[in-house]
Order: sequence, then structure tokens, then C-alpha cells
Amino acid sequence: MEHGHDHHPSGIMRWVTTTNHKDIGSLYLWFSLCMFFFAGTLALGIRLELFQPGMQFMQPQTFNQLTTLHGLIMVFGAIMPAFVGFANWQIPLMIGAPDMALPRLNNWSFWLLPVAATLLVTSFFVPGGPIAGGWTLYPPLYMQNGISGDMTIFAVHILGMSSILGSINIIVTIMNMRAPGMTYMKMPLFVWTWFITAYLLIAVMPVLAGAVTMMLTDRHFDTHFFDASGGGDPVMFQHIFWFFGHPEVYIMILPAFGIVSSIIPTFARKPLFGYTSMVYATASIAILSMVVWAHHMYTVGMPVTAQLYFMYATMLIAVPTGVKVFNWLATMWQGAMTFETPMLFSIGFVALFTLGGFTGIVLAMVPVDVQLQDSYYVVAHFHYVLVSGSLFTLFAGAYYWLPKWTGHMYDEKLGKLHFWLSMIGFNLTFFPQHFLGLAGMPRRIPDYALQFADFNRMSSIGAFIFGTTQLIFVYVVIKCIRGGAPAGDKPWEGADTLEWTVPSPAPYHTFETPPVVK
Amino acid sequence: MMSSLIKKIGGGLVMAMISLFAHAEHQINFPAPVTEIGRQVYDLHIITMWIIVGIAVVVYGAMFWSLLKHRKSVGYKPATFSHSTALEIIWTTIPFIILIAMAYPATKSVIAMKDTSNADMTVKVTGYQWKWEYDYQQDGFKFMSVLSTPRDQIEGKEAKGADYLLEVDNPMVVPVNKKVRVLLTANDVIHAWWMPEFGVKQDAIPGFIRDTWFKVEKPGTYRGQCAELCGKDHGFMPIVVVAKEQADYDKWVAEQKAKAAAAADTGKDRSKEELVAAGEKIYAANCAGCHQPHGEGMPPVFPALAGSKIVNGPAAGQIDIVMNGKPGTAMPAFAKQMSDGDVAAVITFTRNSWGNKAGDVVQASEIKASRK
Ligand SMILES: [Cu+2]
Repeated sequence: MEHGHDHHPSGIMRWVTTTNHKDIGSLYLWFSLCMFFFAGTLALGIRLELFQPGMQFMQPQTFNQLTTLHGLIMVFGAIMPAFVGFANWQIPLMIGAPDMALPRLNNWSFWLLPVAATLLVTSFFVPGGPIAGGWTLYPPLYMQNGISGDMTIFAVHILGMSSILGSINIIVTIMNMRAPGMTYMKMPLFVWTWFITAYLLIAVMPVLAGAVTMMLTDRHFDTHFFDASGGGDPVMFQHIFWFFGHPEVYIMILPAFGIVSSIIPTFARKPLFGYTSMVYATASIAILSMVVWAHHMYTVGMPVTAQLYFMYATMLIAVPTGVKVFNWLATMWQGAMTFETPMLFSIGFVALFTLGGFTGIVLAMVPVDVQLQDSYYVVAHFHYVLVSGSLFTLFAGAYYWLPKWTGHMYDEKLGKLHFWLSMIGFNLTFFPQHFLGLAGMPRRIPDYALQFADFNRMSSIGAFIFGTTQLIFVYVVIKCIRGGAPAGDKPWEGADTLEWTVPSPAPYHTFETPPVVK
Repeated sequence: MMSSLIKKIGGGLVMAMISLFAHAEHQINFPAPVTEIGRQVYDLHIITMWIIVGIAVVVYGAMFWSLLKHRKSVGYKPATFSHSTALEIIWTTIPFIILIAMAYPATKSVIAMKDTSNADMTVKVTGYQWKWEYDYQQDGFKFMSVLSTPRDQIEGKEAKGADYLLEVDNPMVVPVNKKVRVLLTANDVIHAWWMPEFGVKQDAIPGFIRDTWFKVEKPGTYRGQCAELCGKDHGFMPIVVVAKEQADYDKWVAEQKAKAAAAADTGKDRSKEELVAAGEKIYAANCAGCHQPHGEGMPPVFPALAGSKIVNGPAAGQIDIVMNGKPGTAMPAFAKQMSDGDVAAVITFTRNSWGNKAGDVVQASEIKASRK
């Protein structure tokens, strides 16, 4: 314990030069919180314009820019970095390692992010404004973007690089730095899900980088990869994009599964049900996710055999996903549950993610999907998976580990208020969108026919409730950092992973002598 | 009465939603299908939803039971079990069997949807930013179909009509009970032709031709929209199909043929007033979306026409841009989209409006000559 004194710079240079996994984890989390509020504000702009029929607040082009940047920044700036932040903080703590295996690379992975974010945010101020063709970047429409088209491509390159470097670090850390006695099948499920996610990232981020690079050369160097008049094919971009894009969905949900699998056993005071099958289900979901991409493209006009194949493969994903839900239920079953904020968000996740899974099965069926493709039903579906899926577990995880990170208990009352208002606001926003899609409202339109007016108004009201509710979270976090009841090493009665064996707040250096896992 | 009752209860959100569902005008399912495929899709969705309701009752039932009974506050002592091979086999295989049961009817529908053979007639549909072209190649005529909702309605200066944003100047017309094959392509970016009542949605991809089909069983007017984001006015390119009895359809075809013959006649010159009056309408339908109603444009993306060097310069320069477009920008080539007379009219209109002082007149014969 003589190593207690730290030699790290103070002030801003501490954060710029840091190689400490906890510092870098915090940087990732603060960065993603900022991006979350930025992209969330864009979403409120969307819902403001959609509050009633007619164009009130903006030009259609501006509306398209808002939907595009909302999607891009939420995916790449908010959700993904937030999970990497959790990985940085928790993986070394959960496997009993002193730090990440490649600390300098870790610093570089993070500091690439603000560069990419700057490119995206400043594209609002260049001639023509930011890109407007949707976060899916489909050509030929993408070619009509101005300079922001190139800025976005570079931003995607940089984000991809950051993700790949981060993933390498996570894999190397998990493979080499586990405490003695911690075999693979003893790793906490959060570590397992990130282990698999990191492989997915390394497999698909280069594919996206390739696709946007081809677009860049199409724009400037006279290639015609995606231009039919030069012998190319715009649909090829969609195939390449979704080969990245579908695993990307699981990149954003697998670590969420890991977080929930840590929290539910803790608050049910009962071991996780079916640990082994959870690991296998995660791996099968990851593998299946790479062979179902064209279910995003049922209306491009594929041969009937291709449509059938992608339909069967997609429906198959329901099996391992179902296994996970049943395992969480069986973990809760006959437990002695208490309902602190992390548990509330986790239960909210299980309930609403299941709903997103149900609509996923509806959408997997080609004939039904042909009707619903590019309608508001799809918007509802993926927000159930990504907001009440990924985002809710990020909140759950934050409340769960805040006592460990800050040494203080958060304000339980405000946490619960945050949960319930989020629950109401979220469902009010997105549940009616199922009906809009069924009735025939296309997505990405700035104005709509009169029969869609009531559900849209409801949705907009819900969005403003949900959006402003998130300020409670910021307040709770800041309050928790500044003070509160001391957390103690293990604030949660049912917790049993290694991070709860170190003091709270977790010291700057932990596990300098590895613990022994029996 | 219903609404005042709810207010009394306290305006609970749940109640508000229930009252909405009770209202017939709030559609919460697919619109009533008017084709065989549409009906299959409708039924498949209903079956799927009932299966889902069944699974949901089990899953949420178990969940809420557990949440109510297995809590520490009621003194429940936690069990210690952590796996059960039998259970895990059951909840892997049962969903698998359910999925196979769902895949069977879905497969049959997919095969039926893709079968475009033995069609009674074919119409080629082309997506443009932001309108549709319907080409009845077998009958030798084609026309553009553009949103007809007035701008004032969109901007809230005028009350919105019943078919707000779902109305066009020239709808597609088809006979009932005939298998219509639709060939789809696009001129600029990807669009998607979506007609909810038919159960049809197919992307229109520039440089490629895709096909789909429908056979409408009930005469009527059906409304849909472009479903693939295609730029600025994606939300403003509706699709309207009018299905008519065969006799009415034949009459319509004869009218269209006569119109096409008249438009092809570029022999006689029109006066400046006639050209400007005709051009104003064409401008509003085809150009105002980008160049704006008064030619002010939206620089730098869409240049202004009022005071523009090209519009005030020699006519040949403007004819070239209108006919051939400007590569690398959103300005399309109108040579294939518009008749000689229409191009002549719209050019004459722009050269004599908003303070533009070219003052000259462009006739259809000059456009015809430029096509060489
Ligand atoms: Cu379109």
C-alpha cells in the first residue's frame, strides 16, 4: 500500500494525458452525456415541427438535417461511447485487473472522439448545412450533400478508428489480465457481452469505413461504385452498409444485456439463472447478427429466395433473444426483490425491450414488413430497442455503479422520479407511432396528412416530457459527485462481483496486487 | 360526453388513450385492403399479433406475478436455484416451433407477391425529385403526377383540405380486376412507391428496373406516399391511384391519347401572354420547390432565378440548362420529363417575371430544334 501516492498532472492536463482507465471511463461518459443532450435537442426540433400538420418552424431540408444528425450522433456519439465508458470503468474492476492492457492506446481511442464530434457539429455552420439524407447515408441522395458530406465521411472514419482501437484494448485486457482463478466461464456477464461485442466491432467497423470511402471516391475521384450510369449499383451500398448496420444494432444492445445481467441478480438476491446459456445466447446472437442484414432491405427488389433466406434467419434471432428474456425472468422468480432505481430501469428494460422484440418478429416477416418498411412502425420498433433497450440500461448501470465511482449514494427519490417520468414520456412518445406506421405514415417526413394529427401530437408531448426528464439525471449525478450518504465498499446487499471488494470511491489505482478468485 | 367524463376522472393518460381507440377515425391497424395480396398481409399481421398477445400474456404474467409476490418487503426468502436444463430446453424449442408455424403462411405470401407473370397490362412508373411519372407504354402516352395541395395550406395561410398532402394533379388510373404489372425505376435518387391499401411497396432505383403487381378489386381512389427518403420534398410526393370499371377506364385512355397527340403538335407559335400564363402553372408544379415561388431560390444550394445571369442572358444558355440539367447539382434534365411546349412556356415565364428583363419569347419549335 506504499504505492498510494500518485504522480499524475493536475488540471486539464490530467485529462488530456491520462492513461488511467477510470479517468478515461469518466471522459467517455461525460462526452456521451453531452452528445446525448445535443442529439436529444435535435429530436425535440423534429417533434416540434411534427406537433401539428403544416410547416411551422423550419424548412423541409432543415427537418431532414435534424433527423439525420439526431440518428448519427445518438448512435455514434451517445450510445456507443457510453458503453465504452462503462467498459473502461468496470472491466478492469470486474476481472481484478489494475488497468486496461494498453493504456496509451486507451487515451488515444478517447481523444479521437471529440475530433469526430467537432466535424459533425460544425457541419451545421458550413454552406448548405449538415447532411440531410438520413443516418443510413444512402447514395445517390448522399451525393447531393455539400462539403458536409465529406466532413461526415471523415467523422465516420475517425469514429470507426476509435471503436476498433477501443475494441482491441478490451479484447487484450480480457484475455490477458484476468485475476488468477477467473476462468472465462467465471467472468461476470458484463465482461462476456463486451468481449463478444468487441469482436463484432472489429468485424464490421472496417466494412463501414470501406463503404464511406467508396462514396468519397465516387464524390471526388470519378469512381462509380454506387452510380448506375457508370456501371455501379446504389443497392450495393445498402448491402455493405447493413452488413455493418445490423451487427451495429447488437453492438448497442449486447453490453446492455451484460449490465442488466449484473443488476437483476443483485436486487433479486439470487444468482443469475442460466449463466452458461446466457453466454451461448450472446454468442449466437452475435453470429446471427452478421447474416441477416438484408432484412432492412425487403423492398429493394431481391430475388424471392434471398427474401426467404433473410426472413428465416431473422426469425431465428428470436430464439436466443427469448432465452435471455426467460433467463432474466427466472432470475427474478422466487428472488427477494427490492426496487432501487437501477432495478427499476432494468425491469423497465426487460418489459419494453420484449415489446421491441415482438415488433421485431412482426417486421421479420417479409409480407408484413413490405407494408411497414420505412413507416413510423419501424421508428417505434427501433426506439423501443434502443431507448428502452440501450439507454435505459445505461441509466440502470449509472445508478448501480455511481456509489462505487463517487463514494456517495445518489438521491433515491429523484432517481425513481427520473425512472417513472422516463417511462411515461417514452411510452407516450413511441407507442402511438406503431399506429401511425400501421395507418400508413412514412418516416422522415416533415409534414403529414390530417388523419395522423392526433397520434403525432401525443408523440410530441411525450417527447418533451421525456426530454426534459433527462435533466433530472444530470442533477442527480452532479449532486451525487458533490456529496451524499457514504456508500461503503458494497452498498448493494446482493452484489458479489469484484468491484464491490474495493473501497468507494474506487481509488485511483486498484488491484495492484491481483485478487484470487476461487 | 365521453371527453367530459374523462376530465372528471382526472384526465389520466391511460383513459385518454382508451377513448382515442374507441374513436373510429383513429386507425390503429392497416387500412382495409382492396387486393388479394393486401388481404394476405392483413391476415398475416393479425395472426402474428394474436400469437404475440399469447406469448405476452405468459411473459408479462410471470413477470408481474414475480414482481408482486417475490419481493423482500413481503418477507419472501430468496431461492438459490440457478439453472434447469429441462426448462431451458423447453423455452428454446417452443419458440422455435411457433416461428416455423409463422414462417409457413409468410412464405406462401412472399412467393405470391413476387409473381409478376401473366399481367393484363404494364405501367412504367418513374420517380423524380419530387414527383412521379406514369408511362402507359402500350397506349403511347405518359404524364407527370405532382402534389396538388396549395402552398398556402402547407404554410398555414389557408384551411387544410380533407386530402391534405395526399392529392395530385394527375392520378394513375387503372381498371379493376385486371392484373397490373408496375415497372419501377427512378431518374435521380431512390424513391419507393407505396400504396397501403394494395399491400404494395417497391423501391424505385435509378439505373435499374424493378417490378411489382396488384389487382384492385374495388373501384375507388387510393392514396399513398413515397416511402424512401429522397431529399427535401420527400414528404410532398404522394401517390394517387384511381381504379375504374373497364368501360370508364377505356374512356380515360382515349382522352389521354387525344391529349398526347395535341401536346406533340408544336407547329403553331403562341403569344407571350399565353406562354407566360401556361408557364406559371408549370413553374409552380416543377420548379418552385427549389427555386421558390418568386424565383428567390435558396442560395447556395438552389440559386435564385430572379436577377439570374443565365435567365437574363441568351435564351440558348437557359434552354441548355433546363433540357440537360446541371451535373453535380440537384438541377435535373427536363428533356425527358417535359414536352417541348411546356419547356418553352416555363422558360418564357421565368424570363419575363420577378424583374427579369430578357423580354423575349421561346417557342416550342426552338425546343424541338434543341433536341437534335
Ligand atoms: Cu421520393
